[in-house]
This record gives sequence, C-alpha cells and structure tokens, in this order.
Amino acid sequence: MKNLDSVFWAYILGWAIFFSFYLTIAKRSSDLRTEIERLKKSAFGKQQQEK
Amino acid sequence: MAKRTILGAIAVLLVIAAAYAAFFVAPEERTMGMVQRIFYFHVSCAWAGLTAFSICFLSNLLYVWRRNEKYDWLGVSCAEVGAAFTTIVLISGPIWAKPAWGIYWTWDARLTSTFVLWLLYIAYLLLRTLIEEPDRRALLSALFGIFAFIDVPIVFGAIRWWRTQHPAPVIMGGPNSGLAPGMRGTFFFAVLAMHVFMWFLIAERYALEKMRGDVALLRQEAEAS
Repeated sequence: MKNLDSVFWAYILGWAIFFSFYLTIAKRSSDLRTEIERLKKSAFGKQQQEK
Repeated sequence: MAKRTILGAIAVLLVIAAAYAAFFVAPEERTMGMVQRIFYFHVSCAWAGLTAFSICFLSNLLYVWRRNEKYDWLGVSCAEVGAAFTTIVLISGPIWAKPAWGIYWTWDARLTSTFVLWLLYIAYLLLRTLIEEPDRRALLSALFGIFAFIDVPIVFGAIRWWRTQHPAPVIMGGPNSGLAPGMRGTFFFAVLAMHVFMWFLIAERYALEKMRGDVALLRQEAEAS
C-alpha cells in the first residue's frame, strides 16, 4: 500500500472542494430566498397602504 | 427543485460507485502501483471541467447572438463549475506528480496551459463582479468567455503537440495509446459519474442565477412603485 496517503489526500481534498462549493451555492440561494421574501412583503405592504 | 434533488441523488450514487470501482474493481497499475488510482478522479474531473467550459463557450456565443439573459446565466454557471473542477485537477495533479515524478510541479505545456485556463476563468468571474449594469456585464463577460475558451483546445492538444513532463494521452492518443481492458471500464464509468455530477452542480448554480434575476426584477418593481 505504498503512497496510500497521496491517494487519500487527492480524493479528500477534491471532495472537500466540491462540498465547499456546493455549500456556497446553498448559502447564496438561501440569502436570495430571504431577499425575495422581504421584497415581496414590502411590495405587499405598499399595496395595503395604497388601499 | 424535485428534479434537481433526484439528479443530485443519482450523481452522488454514481460518484460513490465510481470511487468504489477505482479502488476495488480496477487492477493495480504495474509501475506506479496504488497512486495510479488518482487517475480515475483526476482525469474525469479534467474532462468534466473542459466540458463545462465548452458549454460556457456555446452559451457566450448564443448570448452575443440572441441577447437572452438565460444564456448569460448558463455561461456564468458553467464557468464557475468548470473553475471548481479545474481547481481539483490542479490540486490532485501535483499530489499524484510527487510520488510519480519526484516533483509537485513543473512548467510543462499541459500543466501551464491548465493553470492559465484556471486563471482565465477566475478572471471571467472577477470581471462580472466589477460591472454593475446587467446587460453590459453579460455582454462583456460573454466576449471575455469567448476569448478565454481559446485555451481549451491548447490544453487538449498540449500533450499531443509537445512531449514534455506530462504523460502522453491514453485516450484518443493515437495507435500506441490506450488503457488496459480492466481500467477502461472503470475510467469511462468515472467520466460518466463526474459529468452527471457536473450537470447537477450547473443546475444548482443556474437556479441561483435565475433567483438573482428575480431579485433584480422585484427591486425594479419596488423602485418604480
């Protein structure tokens, strides 16, 4: 099992990058969903005030 | 959302199966031994990255032609996913190179052109953060993306045109190239798994970009009212 550590690090670092990348997409999506809700609420509030 | 979840589940199952095949199904290479198993991950990531950049290039061309924002969303999604795959190639390559060549890095044609490719797409992503106006940002980044793609055929051809440190191609490399039959199946399965995973990441990233478009529209409506 010579060089098993190299194989281990190549796969672990690779998957850590994929996982981190996916987490950044999930975080950015969650922030945008919150922003969409906030904008929809403020637009709904304005409509209510106009009525 | 449900379609993306199913695609994600299939992608994860495929990459787990591909990793299992790389470790337990593929035969051990005679000269390099265990460390050669990085090949299945390293090369499949490289191919998936180049595919993502190719889709980015087509999206950029279509944006310049049609000026439809959906092509801009697809372009940036593919550029980001391609850059993630290329980052892994640039990390897993040196980890494999050290026991195989005795050095982590050398400025040979394939390694240098891949590093330049990574820099070009990082520049593409940075460029987008510097331009506020959406149409201008989409057009300039599409033009830059078309220019950046010039390096993709250079990366592909580097180990065919010049003989330097990086090994000659084992796939599409001419009559004296090729993989052992036991390795070939595992390799193509790893390539398929990585492409499905790439498509899942692009779908997730595209949904994010679409949401950005929705936010911009809602902001415009809020300012107008």
